[in-house]
Amino acid sequence: MSVDSVFVHKMWNDHELSKMVEGGVPFPMLSDGGGKVGTAYGVYDEQAGVENRGRFIIDPDGIIQGYEVLTPPVGRHVAETLRQIQAFQLVRESKGSEATPSGWKPGKMTLKPGPELVGKVWEVWKTDMASD
Amino acid sequence: MAEKSEAGCARPTGGLVGEPDQTQEREVPQPTKETKRMIQVGKAAPDFVAPAYHQGRFTSVKLSDQLGKWVALCCYPGDFTFV
Repeated sequence: MSVDSVFVHKMWNDHELSKMVEGGVPFPMLSDGGGKVGTAYGVYDEQAGVENRGRFIIDPDGIIQGYEVLTPPVGRHVAETLRQIQAFQLVRESKGSEATPSGWKPGKMTLKPGPELVGKVWEVWKTDMASD
Repeated sequence: MAEKSEAGCARPTGGLVGEPDQTQEREVPQPTKETKRMIQVGKAAPDFVAPAYHQGRFTSVKLSDQLGKWVALCCYPGDFTFV
């Protein structure tokens, strides 16, 4: 989503993005001329008249589970977004009985919050797991 | 996905669902009351409808039509930007 019109979206997709991704952009490219939606999400820069780089994870109930907003010169890391969605999906499927510690990736161990885990996280989770 | 929209000469715009259409009448700003909505994790995402381009068609997307699915909503400064 950007403040560009759907016509500009089409030109960008057809003339540039389709050369990066076969078949073009697979998801809808939304137009927010005037920034009304961006304002509600806190990403619209009124002075510049454009939206900052924002990314919102919205669950199947329409609840915002996470977001990230960056100023224009730095791009996102899509793999991190996917990792977060996978983590939120796991938590949802476990009905909140499991939590994903820092550095969690699919296949890595989760934590089961409860009285017996209090003060014992150090036994199962090591600091190098935060970034490996 | 919503139905295909016709491409007219007017530039299509969207907006928040449940808000008055500002192209019809412009509200007088109320300087005494600050009602800026803030988003928050764990709270409902503001619903909206927006015109969209998707796979060769002009269409429109309403957030609440996506209930039941995970949604990644991304925004960026502009088409043909570099990053």
